[in-house]
Amino acid sequence: MLQIKNLHVYYGQIHALKGVSLEVKPGEIVTLIGGNGAGKTTTLKTISGLLTPKEGEIVYQGEKINNAKAHELVAKGLIQVPEGRHVFAQMSVQENLDLGAFPRKDKQGIARDQEKVFELFPRLKERRSQTAGTLSGGEQQMLAMGRALMGGPKLLLLDEPSMGLAPLLVREIFSIITEINKTGVTILLVEQNANIALSVAQRGYVVETGKVFMEGDSTSLATNEEVRKAYLGG
Amino acid sequence: MKNTTNKKNLDAYLTLIAGIVLVLLNVVLLAGKMPAYYSGILRFVGINIILAVSLNLINGITGQFSLGHAGFMAVGAYVSALVSIHLGWPLILALFVGALAAALLGVLIGLPTLRLKGDYLAIATLGLGEIIRVVILNLDITKGARGLGSIPRTTNIYLVELVAVITILFTVNLMRSTHGRALLSIREDEIAAEAMGINTTFYKVFAFSAGAFFAGLAGGLFAHSMGYIAPSNFEFMRSIEILVMVVLGGLGSITGSVVAAFVLTILPEALRGFAQFRMVLYSALLIAIMLFRPSGLMGTRELDVRSALTIFKSGGEKDAE
Repeated sequence: MLQIKNLHVYYGQIHALKGVSLEVKPGEIVTLIGGNGAGKTTTLKTISGLLTPKEGEIVYQGEKINNAKAHELVAKGLIQVPEGRHVFAQMSVQENLDLGAFPRKDKQGIARDQEKVFELFPRLKERRSQTAGTLSGGEQQMLAMGRALMGGPKLLLLDEPSMGLAPLLVREIFSIITEINKTGVTILLVEQNANIALSVAQRGYVVETGKVFMEGDSTSLATNEEVRKAYLGG
Repeated sequence: MKNTTNKKNLDAYLTLIAGIVLVLLNVVLLAGKMPAYYSGILRFVGINIILAVSLNLINGITGQFSLGHAGFMAVGAYVSALVSIHLGWPLILALFVGALAAALLGVLIGLPTLRLKGDYLAIATLGLGEIIRVVILNLDITKGARGLGSIPRTTNIYLVELVAVITILFTVNLMRSTHGRALLSIREDEIAAEAMGINTTFYKVFAFSAGAFFAGLAGGLFAHSMGYIAPSNFEFMRSIEILVMVVLGGLGSITGSVVAAFVLTILPEALRGFAQFRMVLYSALLIAIMLFRPSGLMGTRELDVRSALTIFKSGGEKDAE
């Protein structure tokens, strides 16, 4: 579904990605783990079109998307939930969801997806007329994910969904991520919390200083001595 | 609950009062009983409403801080005036050409500058407004600092009113459409808007040039109302005046812009009795309003004709919804 080969990305003079290669197959949950400043978010932003690579190749559904703009990719089902949630704080939950379906014209499909979102996140249904800025952090994360689902994603990019959330909520969010995946949405997940990321993902990549440092299926990564030491707390 | 009901009723009565004032003004005008001095002020009220509402589209609704509105007004004023003088085209056509020139400039300026944000965009648009003024100051065809005279004074109060109503209707309808929601989402959070599949560059440039179009119209009306324009009419302070109207009325509230344009155009005239203290009082009032209503006179609220109808339907006792 998504192939990335030898990706190089610069922020001005700073060489942020130094040849990242990875692959996401249809139906998978794949996770990128790694420390601060490793290049996880940069990778995600480059895929979703917010950054342009200097070298390398991004292929999505057989099509090269190196220079595609973010809004063009959303229409093709490649949708990102940005880090730090970014809900439209002054708008209601419903208005946020409506904006998620912005590029779509199929009214019935949108209504069906909204039902799906309310099934996954019953709390959003309870609070549909509430202003998004007054939701708790966990609810805002749910809204950000629900809003992305309204766009009808084929590949969902999740950036740090656990950020700033209580452990109990993190578990809830991640069980919903598994649910979303079961409905046929492929997921690429960037996460600092390697433990929980590896528990839901089938495969993972460990990113370090702009390079893929290790890759493999989740269980082998979770039991790997080096990964355990560096990211899983021994 | 009680509170929102009260607020709704207040809005309804305010709308009713505004409507009555508007009808009365027009009756007096049509009857020919309005002194020229007052109808002259009303023309400026109308022009300022067009300017404030169109700047609100850029600053308040789309959240792009622009300080170059006087520049677009100048382009509309000069282009339409020159078309009238040299080609002798009818007023409507001249106005349209002027507005189109301003809109085109809006696209040209918007494409490179709108990637800037906040303070940086403000400074860039401020600079561009000044560049427009300096170019006009140095061209031969615009007659430079001497100013451009003998423009046919064909603007009348009804035309100003009509254009103001068109501007308001356009902006309100835009705000309520899907495109309007895209603009609002850019104000709220540009990163999220982009992630939702909204072409933020397109919408920002669109808002910018639509605002410039109406500013150009206002400029054209101004030129054909005064009969004489000079670069000093379109200085940086003019942009600030329009901005003050938008902020005072409430960023994002069309009603607010209209009310503020009304109040701030009439106020300096009404304060003439205080002679040299006039501008001091004017400024003090501005400070007082911003202290007591930090989000503007109207905040983001709007008055709606339908709300006024509820007074008659329910006798103003019950919430009609």
